[in-house]
Amino acid sequence: MTDAAELRRRTQELLVAQPPATTGRLDFLRARFDAGLAWVHYPEGLGGLNAPRSLQAVVDAELEAAGAPGNDPRRIGIGLGMAAPTILQYGTEEQKRRFLRPLWTGEEVWCQLFSEPGAGSDLAALGTRAARVDEDGWVVDGQKVWTSSAHAARWAILIARTDPDVPKHRGITYFVCDMTDPGVEVRPLRQITGEAEFNEVFLTGVRIPDAHRLGETGDGWRVAQTTLNNERVAIGGMRLPREGGMIGPVARTWRERPELRTHDLHQRLLALWVEAEVARLTGERLRQQLVAGQPGPEGAGMKLGFARLNQQISGLEVELLGAEGLLYDDWTMRRPELVDFTGREAGYRYLRSKGNSIEGGTSEVLLNIVAERVLGLPAEPRTDKDVAWKDLAR
Amino acid sequence: MSTTSPTKTGPVSPVSAQPDLLYSEEEEALRAAVRDLLTDHCGAARVISRAESDTPHDLSLWKALADGMGLAGLLVPEERGGQGATHREAAVVLEELGRAVAPVPYLTSAVVATEALLACADGSEVLTSLASARRIGALAVPLHTAPGAPFPSARAADGVLHGELAGIADAAAADVLLVPAADGGLYAVEADATGVTVTGQTSLDLTRPLGRVTLDGTPGHRVGDAEPAVQRALRAGAGLLASEQLGLAEWSLTETVRYLKDRRQFNRPVGGFQALKHRLAQLWLEVVSLRAAARNAADALAADAVTVGDGPDTAVAVAVAQAYAGQVAVHAAEEALQLHGGIGMTWEHPVHLYLKRAKADSIAYGTAGAHREALAELVDLRTP
Ligand SMILES: Cc1cc2nc3c(=O)[nH]c(=O)nc-3n(C[C@H](O)[C@H](O)[C@H](O)COP(=O)(O)OP(=O)(O)OC[C@H]3O[C@@H](n4cnc5c(N)ncnc54)[C@H](O)[C@@H]3O)c2cc1C
Repeated sequence: MTDAAELRRRTQELLVAQPPATTGRLDFLRARFDAGLAWVHYPEGLGGLNAPRSLQAVVDAELEAAGAPGNDPRRIGIGLGMAAPTILQYGTEEQKRRFLRPLWTGEEVWCQLFSEPGAGSDLAALGTRAARVDEDGWVVDGQKVWTSSAHAARWAILIARTDPDVPKHRGITYFVCDMTDPGVEVRPLRQITGEAEFNEVFLTGVRIPDAHRLGETGDGWRVAQTTLNNERVAIGGMRLPREGGMIGPVARTWRERPELRTHDLHQRLLALWVEAEVARLTGERLRQQLVAGQPGPEGAGMKLGFARLNQQISGLEVELLGAEGLLYDDWTMRRPELVDFTGREAGYRYLRSKGNSIEGGTSEVLLNIVAERVLGLPAEPRTDKDVAWKDLAR
Repeated sequence: MSTTSPTKTGPVSPVSAQPDLLYSEEEEALRAAVRDLLTDHCGAARVISRAESDTPHDLSLWKALADGMGLAGLLVPEERGGQGATHREAAVVLEELGRAVAPVPYLTSAVVATEALLACADGSEVLTSLASARRIGALAVPLHTAPGAPFPSARAADGVLHGELAGIADAAAADVLLVPAADGGLYAVEADATGVTVTGQTSLDLTRPLGRVTLDGTPGHRVGDAEPAVQRALRAGAGLLASEQLGLAEWSLTETVRYLKDRRQFNRPVGGFQALKHRLAQLWLEVVSLRAAARNAADALAADAVTVGDGPDTAVAVAVAQAYAGQVAVHAAEEALQLHGGIGMTWEHPVHLYLKRAKADSIAYGTAGAHREALAELVDLRTP
């Protein structure tokens, strides 16, 4: 069993072998992965040491103190938060070895080809087809939409329909898609903020080798659940200091610019400050539960709370700024690789936060999940359960 | 602060020490024991029938909890006759008492009066009697008083006390009253001493009734200075009240979910309608959030007791919990009433006990507004 002392020793060994001051960033990250210090709870040889997840903090603290470079989790969030746990659970040995290391070092960015124009909340209704053409592979045709980072991604997790003759949840298969394949066309989809974080992705005769299938044929919905559950926990488990979220900039503006203050805004600011602090504590509690190995259902709830708060706080911020709130920092159409809430101004935060209650499952759908899976209330009546996908109205 | 927190396994992080927001195994065991006892001895029907009687407090239940289980002395060090536990354990007890709207003077005697005495140099004898549950104590400060707010006091002259103090929670059950006096002292007054009259006030919350205390030439024993004792008592009261509110809110949610899974209209369980599912899911999120805020306040109070500090962070933790808890508990009880339909409006259904307690709790030890005002100073978000 690997304990804290052992991890500390290994971390120091790594720092001696690869002094951060004289080692290139990527070389350091690769060496860290190979030493099993990337995600210590992963298996040996795959960036981990089979150690308790809680001990990651030991490694991170030592490395931070030594000024070692990090792997920029925000830029590679989909890979880290969603692709990796799914590959770990359902991938073959070969797939794990091929994908996990460059995923973790950030050499290869991932995106998620799930949503389609006709299948968002009802994701299992998707129509992108994957047809088996021969011994070693599949050909995929269809269209995906709202795909974040598709323009920066080397790989994608993809779900596609492999059997239209069975009810919708049963005919789906999960793949890894090569975004450099000539049949993959990524078109920027400009969004409310002016920039294009997400894209439309057209898949035309894309060849996917059978070796890039994750899980069994027809079992893709179950595999996708792993991805979706991790998506919500990844969002909820973040650790923040007090005023670390969106409330921070508003509180600072309040302190620095007394001329903007009004009594009405004061009441609303204090109420939201309290809610932001409570949401932070709720997130901290979820994190402590995860570390202590008792994952609770709070993950879905956290995302609900953050979405509403971000929207209310950023709305208040624009109002607080008054005349300046009428202005916007920059409408230039760009294709950023990550969401940058802090690098932009209030108007951007206000507009971008509208997506928080849609991306990764809408708030309405998450409320259904909480009501049914946490509180055990009866499910919605279903009309699509025993109908073959091809016979569903579209 | 507990040292078992999983966040503290590594070297001390640059962020300040993290609160431990989970429950320990011992705390869960304590919860189970308290809940068992309450299930057996504090059923809703019993609480309802007692509510209007001459003896609203359930003193046999109090005896079982305080005497039998030693809960009255949780906050008192062992060398002073208590259990030497912390606010974290007391908070767990309060969660369960809130879940049962138990008519016992736990918050008022074992927390508020006890904390006041812990701040006094000369209160040991009274403190020990409260810790052992031989006697019940009440701080004679109106229940709505927020930490830091001014409070009325009695006149002290020639060694006796005069005056009238109203809105005193659980005064009717108290054997000893802790009375702040205009000379700056806190006096222990026997409830049966000369010139003491305690009259019950008709209270919104039937399970934590208020009383009016009149003193007319009453002898009292000065135990210490009023101001620090009252402040410490009110802060602990406000902080731990959040756990009672959590228990109340949880009962409301759980009972409502149970009822709506059962109750059928339009040939379906009503709980299957999305309009209601979303309201309950929303409420669940509020309850989960209140749990984090209440645990944070309890953990901060516990940490403060160890360092005998008066950390500004504890003040923030308490104010945050109280600025949040009231609205959640009231919302939960109001939703419970509405979603129970007609039965929810009846005297025989217990939901009204919860609504009355929740609404009273939202005023006790300071309203949300008072705590937000306090935060404005504490976290430097000042008024215009
Ligand atoms: C910024 C952003 C980034 C995104 N990135 C990605 C990505 O990288 N990859 C990817 O695959 N997808 C991505 N998405 C897509 C996202 O997952 C979907 O938009 C989302 O799941 C909702 O689907 P929809 O847009 O089709 O809305 P619809 O499902 O059409 O919903 C329309 C409205 O109906 C409500 N609704 C739907 N069903 C129910 C129900 N059963 N009960 C109550 N209300 C209901 C919804 O809540 C919504 O308000 C992204 C979206 C955004 C906004």
